[in-house]
Amino acid sequence: MANNTTHTIEYKTLSIVLLVLMFLTFVTIEITSFHLGALTVTAALLIAGVKATIVMYHFMHLKYESLLLRILVAMVFVLFILIVVITFIDYAFR
Amino acid sequence: MSEHNAIHVEEHRDDEASKLGMWLFIFTELLLFGGLFLVYSIFRMQYHTAFHESSLELSVTIGAINTIVLLFSSMTVAMSLTAIQKNDQKRALIFIGITLFCAAVFLVNKYFEWGGKIHHGLYPGSELMALLDRGHHLYFSLYFFMTGLHALHIIIGMILLIVCLFKVKSKNLNNKDYVLLENGALYWHLVDLIWIFLFPLMYLLS
Repeated sequence: MANNTTHTIEYKTLSIVLLVLMFLTFVTIEITSFHLGALTVTAALLIAGVKATIVMYHFMHLKYESLLLRILVAMVFVLFILIVVITFIDYAFR
Repeated sequence: MSEHNAIHVEEHRDDEASKLGMWLFIFTELLLFGGLFLVYSIFRMQYHTAFHESSLELSVTIGAINTIVLLFSSMTVAMSLTAIQKNDQKRALIFIGITLFCAAVFLVNKYFEWGGKIHHGLYPGSELMALLDRGHHLYFSLYFFMTGLHALHIIIGMILLIVCLFKVKSKNLNNKDYVLLENGALYWHLVDLIWIFLFPLMYLLS
């Protein structure tokens, strides 16, 4: 049958993914206790990006999805980053 | 392949398409919250001190607990899918149950968090809010709107998972047809995904 092509992820893998995510949360909390301005913001957002990627890749099964879907997801984030960059350029140079 | 399917498939179903549809919906949700994050970032840049002072009012502990609760629930909902794929109905029910419990814990935490603010007279449209300067006002308006919209998504996710729970129970959702649970889980992960960005932005970066 063509249906049910979803890959089965083992409990163990999911548990490890959770541990990694918890560790990254802990790192974020520790990093933001240093007030280094833009550097702290960048670091916190980068880690959030990594966490989001891990959630999508493993929990949301993106690792096992078609290339089309993976490109689409990437495009959404590229689009969002473009919107952010263009808006910030607008505010910086007006 | 179509001939082969014509013999075996008695119903019209396209799981790939329903999942793609769910993903497209998730894209719109991501951009909805993305827009709010952008508004937040711009105002944070403009009213830096006010946003800094306001964010100190939030409890990092409650935020961190809620983060861990959501991450954990994200794992259990993924595990419920694994269980149903392995035709383990009992475990699937337990995992969906744990996820729902975590969702409830999250909302209770949120209730106390919001309740504390409201008790101090800090809520949208209150007299205290009107007295605040523009920066503080914007921060708390965005705080209530973004966490409120997120909480609404939690409630919708819970309803979806409760539907899944009953369908698993009645065996309408089984190891041969589980796309509803897949989409419900995708929605639940989205809720987690948004919180991953909300938590550092609102609670930590002060």
